Amino acid sequence: MSIREIIEWAGVILILLGSIMAVISAFGILRLPDVYTRSHAATKSSTLAVLLSLSGTFIYFWATENFISVRLFLGITFVFLTAPVSGHLITRAAYRSNVKLADISTEDALKDVIHKKDTEE
Amino acid sequence: MPAQLLINIMIALLWTLLMDEDAFYLSTFIGGYLIGIGILFMMHRFFGAKFYLLRVYSTIRLLFIFISELAQSSLLIIKQILSPKLNIKPGIFTYEHSMEGAYELTTLALLLTLTPGSVVMEVSPDGKVFYIHAMDVEESRDTVLRSIKTFEKAIMEVTRG
Repeated sequence: MSIREIIEWAGVILILLGSIMAVISAFGILRLPDVYTRSHAATKSSTLAVLLSLSGTFIYFWATENFISVRLFLGITFVFLTAPVSGHLITRAAYRSNVKLADISTEDALKDVIHKKDTEE
Repeated sequence: MPAQLLINIMIALLWTLLMDEDAFYLSTFIGGYLIGIGILFMMHRFFGAKFYLLRVYSTIRLLFIFISELAQSSLLIIKQILSPKLNIKPGIFTYEHSMEGAYELTTLALLLTLTPGSVVMEVSPDGKVFYIHAMDVEESRDTVLRSIKTFEKAIMEVTRG
């Protein structure tokens, strides 16, 4: 096994790990009880999945074809910039349109703040 | 800070010109840049500012802290999702941060939302308090708070030097 092949395998294993993470986060979307916890699974686990699979692809092409792809890094950067913004906006919009927290939730520090605003308007 | 970078590029340029080669070689320029780093490191206290590569170093450190936090909290979330009985207690709690300025605040919120297990749901109008939704408040509150603290420290090292 040459060094090139070992690096190639490292890339392959990273891609495999990334796809396992994506499956787990999809599983989480189905299983969790409400919008807020689901958004954790949807936006978060997938960031790690994207990071793993894109860097795996980068390493693979680097080892096999000596091709350094800057576009893959740009892809990681933009996913990391946009995923938290969309997650934040979805949960915020959900809370403001009175989507209830799941019954198993224990504390809700936001309730008074938003509720007070509603009565003022 | 930008003055130091400019001087460093100047030294590199001077180095390439004084080498008097028949063409422009990038390797000579990089060599000159490295020598410039050495000179600036010895002289940076005369500028009254910190050595500019320190900030680059702390940015890279912030990146690695983020990646390690990402991996740790992902493992926690996977454990919670895959456990046969879903015994999580989600909830919203407040956190008063010590960031100043729009950039620091945005960076902290971005990093927090990217780490699994916590979403910044709302920022109070004066920008001082975060309302954070956590996957499992009772169990992971301490880990979330700990990662916020490490992020805050790393961000302050970048922006305030």
